[in-house]
Formats: sequence, structure tokens, C-alpha cells
Amino acid sequence: MKRVEGLSKLTGRELYVDDLVVEGCLWGATVRSPVSRGRIRGIEFGDSVNWSEFTVVDHRDIPGSNSVFLIEEDQPVLAAARVRHRHEPILLLAHPSREALRRAVAAVEIDVEPEPPALDFRVDPLPEQIQYGDDNVLKRLRIEKGEVERALAEAPHVIEGVYETGAQEHVYLETQGMLAWDDEGVITVAGSMQCPYYIVDAFEHALGRPADTVRIIQAATGGGFGGKEEFPSGIALHAALLAMKADRPVKLVYDRSEDMEVSTKRHPSRVRHRTGVDRDGRLLVQDIEVVLDGGAYVTLSPVVLSRSIIHAAGPYACDHVRIDGRAMFTNSPPFGAFRGFGAPQSQFACERHMDRIASEIGIDPVEIRRINLIGDGDATATGQVIRDGADRIEVLERALEMSDFRQRSTAHAGFNRSEPTLRRGVGLATFFHGAGFTGAGEVFLDSEVHVAGLPDGRIEARTANVEMGQGTLTVFTQLVCDRLRVPPESVVIAPVDTARVPDSGPTVASRTVMVVGALLEKACDDLRQRVGIRPDTDGRSLLRAIRDWHEAHPGQDLIGRAKYRQPEHIEWDDETYRGDAYGAYAWGAYVADIEVDLRTFVVRVRDFVAVQEIGRVLHETLARGQIQGGVVQALGWTLLEECKWADGAMENAQLTNYIIPTTGDVPPIRVDFLEAPYPHGAGGAKGIGELPFDGVAPAVVNAVASALGVDPTFVPLTPERLMDLALHSPASGGGAP
Amino acid sequence: MIGPGIEITLTLNGESIRARVAQGDRLLDFLRYGRGLTGTKEGCGEGECGACTVLLDGVPVNSCLIPAWQARGRSVETVESVPEDELAALLESGATQCGACTPGVVMTAWWVRRNRDLVDAHALRELMAGNLCRCTGYDGIIEGLEAWLESAGADAGESEGGA
Repeated sequence: MKRVEGLSKLTGRELYVDDLVVEGCLWGATVRSPVSRGRIRGIEFGDSVNWSEFTVVDHRDIPGSNSVFLIEEDQPVLAAARVRHRHEPILLLAHPSREALRRAVAAVEIDVEPEPPALDFRVDPLPEQIQYGDDNVLKRLRIEKGEVERALAEAPHVIEGVYETGAQEHVYLETQGMLAWDDEGVITVAGSMQCPYYIVDAFEHALGRPADTVRIIQAATGGGFGGKEEFPSGIALHAALLAMKADRPVKLVYDRSEDMEVSTKRHPSRVRHRTGVDRDGRLLVQDIEVVLDGGAYVTLSPVVLSRSIIHAAGPYACDHVRIDGRAMFTNSPPFGAFRGFGAPQSQFACERHMDRIASEIGIDPVEIRRINLIGDGDATATGQVIRDGADRIEVLERALEMSDFRQRSTAHAGFNRSEPTLRRGVGLATFFHGAGFTGAGEVFLDSEVHVAGLPDGRIEARTANVEMGQGTLTVFTQLVCDRLRVPPESVVIAPVDTARVPDSGPTVASRTVMVVGALLEKACDDLRQRVGIRPDTDGRSLLRAIRDWHEAHPGQDLIGRAKYRQPEHIEWDDETYRGDAYGAYAWGAYVADIEVDLRTFVVRVRDFVAVQEIGRVLHETLARGQIQGGVVQALGWTLLEECKWADGAMENAQLTNYIIPTTGDVPPIRVDFLEAPYPHGAGGAKGIGELPFDGVAPAVVNAVASALGVDPTFVPLTPERLMDLALHSPASGGGAP
Repeated sequence: MIGPGIEITLTLNGESIRARVAQGDRLLDFLRYGRGLTGTKEGCGEGECGACTVLLDGVPVNSCLIPAWQARGRSVETVESVPEDELAALLESGATQCGACTPGVVMTAWWVRRNRDLVDAHALRELMAGNLCRCTGYDGIIEGLEAWLESAGADAGESEGGA
């Protein structure tokens, strides 16, 4: 099946929020904090502007609670007395002219008495920097299995390492934006988003309105990657507050610099490993500490930390494991959801560490993985017993075979001996990614999906899960067609509009196909049953039965329904962090082949092989596109994308000097899939959206380590940072390993 | 709008038009807000991402870097002018995901398609390097363009449009 909305996008007809034209619409703008921390002493409106032309909103205009509702209620919608990060929103302005708005924003002076900020999450805060609890720790979590101290004391080899990863900006090609208006007492918002019902909750809370006076509509969304999970709630509130005060529609669309300065980024991390192994490289004990930079408010950091630590021990069997995690408060704009959600950070550390272990005890990086990969019946760090029919060794073997790993290693060693200025290397990573919400998260979400039989005989799927590029519309259409044996032209996917669709949960966590798609199948079954059609009957009789039903029940709705029921095999204890953290894991093995130019220290990726087991491939082109896109986005994080910080905020907030990969920076990404169907996923599928992010950085950096004989412990591995390492590392002669 | 603006004539998607543009307007603003041609997207506003690519006298430009008045007396083509049946190969290959970079990608690809001798001297990855895409990893775009060129090449003797 071709992408449902593909032609609309290729012809430019698809309408994103900035493409929506509304009569009498004002533009909105935001006045922000100039410093990372302080007390607001005063706000001065400059004389150069005729302020009577402007709508001005501050914290006193918020009818409900002044907080953006999420896990905690600490983040203000608009700062009142204090600011906790640069660019924190303080005032909102609206005016018919964008040019006049730009001048007005510049004419407002925010007078802040500065206070000492906490800017480095890796350093214990000084007393005067404490702003959350008594130690700036936003969240602590621990996983414990076996007897770690004893096992460490007894292990023949104990190998340590500390690994760091940087922030990353999403760079969805469409910036954040919202359009709000009052539709006869219903506050209505249309915009770019992943989670319409998060915004409904935020509106109930901050605007003090019942949910039935709030309507959230998703406009075409030009990429999300997590960046449009929690962050849009704030912009939607800002646009709504302006629209309510101005009594006119208001459009608030960020330009690229504002978007990059103020929006969430991937959490920076530091991960420490202390690992006991035997002489063959078998893992005896893993002692791991994961520290994340959470930024100035709690937002989603507790759950990012959760996913990060659950994945921190890698896809390996080990009897004794301790993982301590904490997310730290700093005076930076909050770090947030980003494809992989903490798992790429902790698995970068784990997979770099596996190569370090192999190198220190003198065994092969392939062998150490082969002997430690989780086998059927083995348990993860949380004690989840894996019995999913997936063959992780086969995934590894396929990647080695596709990449000619052995032959290339040998060839590169020869190349490196004879080439004066170039060094080549291959690197491997094996990894996993759990799909859906963690632990009992899906139970709390309580997702619901409807499939309506329309009077004209067509079938309409109603979910809150958005198309943002990943292919929701196409896969959902295909799932309904397959389940009900009907042609695509008789299936409609309802626009995501909270006045029309039930809350099927957020479009995050690789859950859309696996979890919501499975509900869609069940709702299809329910619809079929309601019109008395048996599963083995052809689709035409179903469509006829739907029309007949409407003739017999004029004016009534015909809706098949499904609500989430946790599969019986899942058991999770949130207190002890023991049990089945995820319904299913996808498994991957990636190989990078790289070349370093010793004159520039640019790392060129020559070839990339991505092999994964994902349950079932529902749509070959879309699945391949998810993997290739995820790999390239992760290559950016690994080699190019570096956030430069000044007073806690991003300084290089423009695409001129925050560099993401172009066609010229990456090779074709070679993809292969293995399939072991997951019985509770739609059509047997597991989640795949985030998986590719986990394996890229370690494969590439392992390849660089092999090429140069150095031991890089961080990403991004920019030429400058690699040069520093290579020229100052004692192990390095710049030659072959 | 600052002041009365400047009156210009230009050819927009094959049609000769007269328009008044503000001095500070970019070609991008004129197309999107002045003419309602919202297919052309703003991705970065500084000529890095290529989402706003249009053809100016047949050559791809970033319309965020061109003052609107500079289109005076010239030909501007936007994504709205590309015949739908030309896009089959890109649709098939997965060249579009979120769609925000897509109109720019299509315009650069359309320029390559109409100037096939470009591929004698340049790799497709070099020709497409001015269009950032954050979704596809580029394989879907490059494979789609290859297939597009191949299918167009099959129509031997066809006269090439544009440029």
C-alpha cells in the first residue's frame, strides 16, 4: 500500500499549522528570561511601542493553576516571581503584524536579580545552587538483582569506564506552532503535536475548564521525534491565553532559532560501568550508575531515567546487576522526550564498555557479545524472563555476514599499515529496545480505540494517535483492511480531533502500531460482531451489513470499541523495579565501517548495516524508512550535532552552526529484518520507531576506536574532540591497533 | 507591510502576474502569505535546509534568501506547478515521511529530472545535498529520484521542459 497522505505531501497540498489561514488572526510572540536563574524585579515596556495596539498576557491572566500539567506541577505556564532557565516564558504578546511584534518583544525589558545557577549536572551542587529538594536530584531509581558486591569481589577481572553523551536537538523540519481560537465557548487549538490529550489535561488544569469546553485538533505535523510530546502543551496554552484575552484567533509559530533555543533536547548523560567478567569474557556482575541532566523542571525526566536504566545493562544475561539512576536539576531549559528516551545514552555506554572489556582481556568483540547475549529463558536486569522466539544470535550473525565483518577487519588492518593519512575500522553493537509504556504504564493510560461503521458503508478508525511522518495513517488503514477484508477506499482514518476521537494514548514510545494497532484490530472485531458478521466472511458482506444496520437504526452511531487489557504474562512491581518492564523487546545488531582522515579527523561512514528482529514487518517501505531515518538521525548525534551552551541555554541555535547530516554525509543504510511475531502486537509487530537510535553511536565509535587504537568515551565525536583525544591519548600513535 | 511596496511583474508557475511586494518581504513570504502558495515551507529562514526551494529562472534557490522584488521580470516555479503524475516514483520509494522538507526536495529533484545532463557530472547525493531531511535518512529520496530518472529516460526523444 502506498503512503496514504504521500501525494498530498509531495504536491505541497498538506496543511501544517502555519498554512492554515484564519480571518482576523493575530500573531503571537513570547518575551523570555534573559538569564538562567533569578528573581524578577520588574518589567518595563519601552516608549518606542504603542502598547495599546497589543494584547499582553502575563501569569495573572491564567485562570487556573499556573503550571504545565505533567508528572509534577512545578513548571509554570508563565514565570511569575522567579525564572529558572534562560528563555523561560514570562510575557505573551499578540498583534496583527509580525514585524511590529518583533519590535515590541525587543522593547520589553525584564529586570532580573541574578541568582547562582546550577549548570553542570555532573558536579555536586553548592548549597546556594540547590533548587530542588536538598540535593537537586529530580528523581532516583534503582534496579538490583543478585549480590553485586560479593560478585565484584570474586570476579577475576573488574573493568571500569565512564561514558558521556551530549544533548541533541530534534530538528523536526517543521518548527513548533499552535493556532488557538474561541469557538463559541469552546477553546479550540490546532497545531503540531504528538499527544492531543496531554494538551486537554493541561488546559483543564491551567485554564480551569472542563474537558468538554476544550478541543484539540492535530494539524499535519512535520516531524516530532519526541520533541512534540510534552513541549507543545505550553505553546498551546500560550496561544489559548492570548486568544482568550484578545478575543481573536491567535497563531504562535516559532522560527528556527527560537525553536532551538527554547525547546526540549535529548538528555545529556554520564554513565559509569564497573563490570566483573571471567577469563572468557562472560559477564559476572554489572554495577552501573546513570546520571541524566534533567534541566530546570521535572517534566518527563523520571520516565526517561526509568527507560534509561532498564536498558543500561544491554541485551545480556548477567546474574548480578545493580543500576543506580538519577536525574539532576540544572538551570537549563528542560530536557525532554527524544526518540529512544534515555536508552540510546545508556546503551552507548554499555556497548562501548563491551568493546573495552574485550580489548582489556584480549578477546574478540564479536565473541564477547555472542557468549553474553540473552538466550531463551534468560532474564534481564529487572528479572524479566525472555521467551519470545527471537534468535538474537541469528540477528548478530546476519549483521556480520551482510557487512563482511571479518574480511573487512582484516582488510582494514592491511590498509591502515600502508596508508599514510587514512585509517579504517569496523565496529559492532548489539542492543534492544522495549516498546510501549514502561511497566504498568499502559494500564494507567487505559487507551481506547473506536472503529465506526458509517451510514454510507465506509469504516472509520478513530484514535488519538497522530501521523507525524512515521506512517500511522498508512499502517492503520492496512490493519483495518486486513482485519475486515475490505479495500482501502472503504476505510477512513478520522482526523485527530479530541471532539471526535477517544483517548488512545500518546503517539510515543514506539507504541502506535504495537499497542494501539492491536486495539484497532480488536475494535474491528467488535464492529463486525455488532452487525452480526462472522470473521471468515468477505468484506463486501460487512460493508453491506453496516449499511443495513444504519437503515434499521436511523440516526444512531455504530461503533466497535476496544480498551487496553494488559496481556496476562506481564507482571511488574513499580516499587522494587522488578518484573516485566515491557511487553516486548525488539533486538538489533548494527555494524559501522568508517574511515578517519588523520589530517582533519573527520570520520566518514563508509557503510552501515542495520539488522533487527521486530516481530513482523507490516509495511516494508515504512519499516525500512523508520530504520534508515533513525540511523541517520543517530549518526548526527554521534558525529556532528553539538549543542554549545552559554548560561545554560543553547548558543548555536541555528542550522548554520548546528550541523545535521545531509545526503553527502551518510552512505546508503543497508537494512534487514528478522521476524518472530509478538502475539499481542498488531499483526505480530513490535515497536520499531526508537530501536534504530540505540545501536548507531556505539557501532560508529567502536569502529573509530578500532581504526585509531584510541578509546573514545563520548559523543558527539566531532573532529575537534577526536583530534584532542587522538593527539593527547597515551595509547595512540595514530597508527593501526 | 512597510510603505507602499514595490510593484513587480513576474511569471509565477507559468502565469504572467503583476503584484505589489513589501520591501522587506522575502520571496518565501510573498509566495506563502501574498499568493497563498503554502506548499513552499520555511524550515530555517537562513538558507541551510532547502525546505523553501523554488526554481528561479529554472534554477533551484532558497526562497528565504531572495528578496521578493528580485523576482521582478523572472520566472518562479513552486511545488504547486509540478505535475502530479511525475511524482509516482517518489511516492513509491518512501521519499516523503513528515512532508515538511518534501516540497523543497521535490523542487530540487524536478530540476535534476529536467536537466538530466547534471547527473553526468554529479552524483545524486551531491545534487540533493542542499535539502535537509530529518525523517528518511535520504535513501527513500535518492532511490525515488533514481527511479524517476529511469522512468523518464524510458520516454526516449521526449523534449525536456523548463530551464
